[in-house]
Amino acid sequence: MTASAPGQVRQEAGPEGVALLLTGDWTLLHYTALSRSVGKLTLDNATPVRLDLQGVGEMDSAGATLLVRLLGTERTQALPESVPGLTPERRELLLTVCNALLHPVLDTRQNRYVFGDVTARIGRASLIIGRDLVTLLDFMGRTLLTFLRVLPRPRRWRLTPLVSHIEQIGFNAVPIVALLTFLVGAVVALLGATVLVDLGLTIYTVDLVTYSFMREFGVLLTAIMLAGRTASAFTAQIGSMKANEELDALRVQGLDPIELLVLPRILALMVSLPLLTFIAVLSGVAGGGLVSHLSLDISVSRYLEIVNAVPLQHFWVGLSKAPLFAFIIGLIGCLEGFKSGASAESVGLHTTSSVVQSIFIVILLDAVAALYFMEAGW
Amino acid sequence: MAGDDNLVEIRNLTFRHGAHTIFDNIDIDIRRGSITAIMGPSGTGKTTLLRLIGRQLQPASGTILVDGENVNRLGRSALFELRKRMGMLFQNGALLTDMNVYDNVAFPLREHTRLPERLIRTLVLMKLEAVGLRGARALMPAELSGGMARRVALARAIALDPMMIMYDEPFTGQDPISMGVLVRLIKDLNDALGLTSVIVSHDIAETSEIADDIYLLSGGKVVAHGSREDLRNSESEWARQFMHGLPDGPVPFHYPAAGYADDLVNHNGTRD
Repeated sequence: MTASAPGQVRQEAGPEGVALLLTGDWTLLHYTALSRSVGKLTLDNATPVRLDLQGVGEMDSAGATLLVRLLGTERTQALPESVPGLTPERRELLLTVCNALLHPVLDTRQNRYVFGDVTARIGRASLIIGRDLVTLLDFMGRTLLTFLRVLPRPRRWRLTPLVSHIEQIGFNAVPIVALLTFLVGAVVALLGATVLVDLGLTIYTVDLVTYSFMREFGVLLTAIMLAGRTASAFTAQIGSMKANEELDALRVQGLDPIELLVLPRILALMVSLPLLTFIAVLSGVAGGGLVSHLSLDISVSRYLEIVNAVPLQHFWVGLSKAPLFAFIIGLIGCLEGFKSGASAESVGLHTTSSVVQSIFIVILLDAVAALYFMEAGW
Repeated sequence: MAGDDNLVEIRNLTFRHGAHTIFDNIDIDIRRGSITAIMGPSGTGKTTLLRLIGRQLQPASGTILVDGENVNRLGRSALFELRKRMGMLFQNGALLTDMNVYDNVAFPLREHTRLPERLIRTLVLMKLEAVGLRGARALMPAELSGGMARRVALARAIALDPMMIMYDEPFTGQDPISMGVLVRLIKDLNDALGLTSVIVSHDIAETSEIADDIYLLSGGKVVAHGSREDLRNSESEWARQFMHGLPDGPVPFHYPAAGYADDLVNHNGTRD
């Protein structure tokens, strides 16, 4: 096979207009060189042109496009039969390219942004949120029913998975929860010191840290951390079981995935979250104590005295939210796992979604609860 | 109505997925003790049919009788009881990944019976022996080849001595040896344990070798039904295309489209 010779075009001014002599291969392979040499030439529409294609080896649609661009569409359509080297196939090719250039496809999907789209999107998103909420309530109902069905039958209590999940969810999370709340406690104390020092009320820093951790931060921070750590794990575990048809295999064995997989996980979370909340409150208060001691000169015994004076009810207010948050986080984590499709990509998407949803709902519920407790005067 | 010799009777079954009709009024009989193959091109809903029989899906209309019971009328506990008597083998085995082979096979026994652990051990080893993997009992599912995972899943499916087993694409992606092993195993277990087997597959040669009865599905209909010989010699163009693997026929090679030339030449659909 001979190497393909790059196409060339030569322009000669003759007595009756311009002569164009084409040689070589007019193919995609030589497109860059060709378009450069074509680009050097200019023809104005009025000049008559005498075309010679005899020297052309091969021509494909890329070469044909360049030639049509050079000649202009009108001249191409009017090419006489007598052009040397213009076989019927080449003529058809040139006409086809010419036609394509005359009727460019406009991508109608692009650049059509109208105000209606915004409302349509809002509407669609609202419908999806509504449907998701119904699914969540449905799943909540199923889980509660399964729980009630299993409750009177101790033989069907799954203690081994329950304990193993408590270890993973609760025990293994102790260091991270303790460290993070300790740091936040220190930050809140510093913040309080900065603001209160101007008023000469630095001693109230202690109350600030204690109240905020007992009522809000202890449970909220723990819930958010478990939403990130545990809800995602639930979704990934159940989602990959679904992708692997393990859920189907359970069902055809006459076993209920909710009883087998969801109940132990949610119960373990409902046990772990209050315990972790307790640890979070302790270490948050400890973080505040450290800052108070180091930068506010409040002695440890004085600090503990003030902490001790805070009514216990605030601690219970915070702790009472923990099981509710745990239930919601567990539900969303498991449900997203069931909703995921058969691909790894889908499991990933639903894992993200479960974290976002559970954090959102936890914060929302906390806001509602804060309002409620304030109105109730607790 | 056919008599008692049918374990599964499907009558006038219609199933829709959204606007798409998967099954349009089909009838299928599965005889007791036989191996019935459900074949058809990809996307005809063969797996969906198995899910309907196990009532993981609910049909739009029609009845499915399994051992004389209408599965769509069963209450929850009756359904779970029935499912225990219907084994199913999934494409990739679907073993529980966090348990070893032994525990996977023991799982249904432990869940559904109160047998002492010593008896469970005997039963599990018997089932593993039947599929030739007694020596692999300590392996985790991730350490098994695809064919071995399917055999373990088969041991799990027969753990509760079901009356029927449904196989979802048991031969897909197997090398010739493990394919042969699985074919033999399905046939032997069916005969030795007095099972009824339903195989969903498009591996014609392997499946028709052991199938007593073959149903060909396409476009939501049963397009052909009979023994292997019946279908080989069938006049139906459809059966011929499928059984001989012809590229073009009633199932066209081309997805429906506008004319090729028009598509290439004209963007706006007009000729000059």
